[in-house]
Amino acid sequence: MNIVVILKQTPDTESVIRIAGDGKSVVTDGFKWVINPYDEFAVEAALKIKEKHGGKVTILSYGPQRVVEAVRTALAMGADDAVFIDEEHLESCGRIKVAQAVAAAIKEMSPDLVFCGSRAVDMDMAQRGPMVAEFLGWPHLALATSIECDGKTVSIQRSLEGGKVTQESTLPVLVTFGGSHAVWNPRYASLPGIMKAKKKPLQNKKLADLGLDAAEFTPEKAKVRVVSLELPPERKPGKIIDGGLDTEGKARELVRLLHEEAKVI
Amino acid sequence: MSKCVCVIAEYRGGNFRRVTHEVASEGRRIADALGVPLQAVAVGSGVAEKAAELGRYGVEKVFVADDPALEGYIAETHTPIVADLVQKCDPAVVIMPASVDGKDLGARLSARLLAGLVQDSTEIVVENGKIKAKKPIYAGKCYCWNEWADGEMPLISCRPNVMGCLAPDESKSAQVDKVEVTLPEARSSVKSLELDTSGRVGLSGAETIVSGGRGLKEAGNFSLLEDLAQVLDAAVGASRAAVDSGWRPHADQVGQTGKVVNPNLYIAVGISGAIQHLAGMGSSKYIVAVNKDVDAPIFTKADYGIVEDLFQFMPVFVEELKKYKSSCS
Repeated sequence: MNIVVILKQTPDTESVIRIAGDGKSVVTDGFKWVINPYDEFAVEAALKIKEKHGGKVTILSYGPQRVVEAVRTALAMGADDAVFIDEEHLESCGRIKVAQAVAAAIKEMSPDLVFCGSRAVDMDMAQRGPMVAEFLGWPHLALATSIECDGKTVSIQRSLEGGKVTQESTLPVLVTFGGSHAVWNPRYASLPGIMKAKKKPLQNKKLADLGLDAAEFTPEKAKVRVVSLELPPERKPGKIIDGGLDTEGKARELVRLLHEEAKVI
Repeated sequence: MSKCVCVIAEYRGGNFRRVTHEVASEGRRIADALGVPLQAVAVGSGVAEKAAELGRYGVEKVFVADDPALEGYIAETHTPIVADLVQKCDPAVVIMPASVDGKDLGARLSARLLAGLVQDSTEIVVENGKIKAKKPIYAGKCYCWNEWADGEMPLISCRPNVMGCLAPDESKSAQVDKVEVTLPEARSSVKSLELDTSGRVGLSGAETIVSGGRGLKEAGNFSLLEDLAQVLDAAVGASRAAVDSGWRPHADQVGQTGKVVNPNLYIAVGISGAIQHLAGMGSSKYIVAVNKDVDAPIFTKADYGIVEDLFQFMPVFVEELKKYKSSCS
């Protein structure tokens, strides 16, 4: 069973977001870069399936050189090798272009399964997995909160508004992962794992190596463009309900404010 | 004929979901601004009978694919069928729900139609005949305005419960064009679809949410929140710390790696307010925080703060609310 995990590097979710001078991007100084959490769930799920069925797990990523650190972390978790699309500005060409490049890299590997996060915690566009599946002409199962694979078929569970769905597909198939840390409990990279990861094969590929025409991959080809960023309105400072009241007094005052001032009860 | 605005309807369990009405209402507004007709596409089992209803929200014509095999959403089957219907509409703009299934379908359609997609938009404007769409990024820590390159067709999914809904005009109905369905060969399928009929309020659509964190100390203590939720007809949420501790299911998690919520009232109990949690609930209309640590960051976001031991405060608060409720009835 050969599994490719598509991985993106994002700022840690504790990062503070500030808008850069151009008004269209965020200040990245001081960011702690990590594996996109949902992609990390995908890595964990891939490693578990490999432990059961054998085969190998290949990490596939793209973008600027800083991303290699996230790739090495996934190798340290236990993935076997990696392919890195070494194109610093790939993401500025638009999401369709990213998905086309990723799909081209996957075609060369012809895996049984492709895994990735259901969304990334930065732009939160929730597009990559389904788009790659469409370009591969494969089915995909989205937002898995559990997965089972018997070697021929995959079935997943996902939740949706007020319900639960079970979906199934034959291989090859792309699966995106939802859930949370508590569901997937992604393993930490061990110290020996980190040492080993340094020697695991990591192939750099340019667009031309994937049979793609680099002239088609320019920022001008992006269909959607960022006009501007804005911060959410500041909340006006709230009040601590005290005034020397006892517990009961505070509770009564809170009920009064929710009713009379906020008008939400 | 001038191009239209096309709305993709979401139909489940015999009805259009409320978000479909919101998207149709938004579509009507955009169509009026552009001076073009509003059309819709609707896919599902039994949807043909209901499709004319979309006229109440301003839709003029609906292209329908109705087949028992389209009962549950599965990307591989639905995408080519919806894509064909969208092309029949020949739209200038396509808008759809940013629901669980909607976002999935949107992404796949974007690749199939080679149309640039903005997911989870909270506001759409028309300026000089061009569309701009705003969306939250970094789970709402920031908002991003997007536009499309010249000649590109915007594809936009709209966040539920944000854009509002027209009052339905019962006198109107949409023209229904039922299209013959050719089911694509598919390797994937829906094995089961269980809809929750308990009437329990879900987090995403809830007007009031009561949420608990590490301060609850153990799973059993969430009964304090369940009691409050019952009085307020609220949904119960949790911080990542509480979910990671195994006290609550992951579906209840509010934050950047959970659900982003925007209720009228959010009551945070025993939650310190990590940045990733604040991102997920910061757009709530009113926020109440109960925490014994006066320095907890949650108080910087709270409209009303209570600095008390939650185990002392919560039972008293629930009693006071009950008294208030009974005085209203």
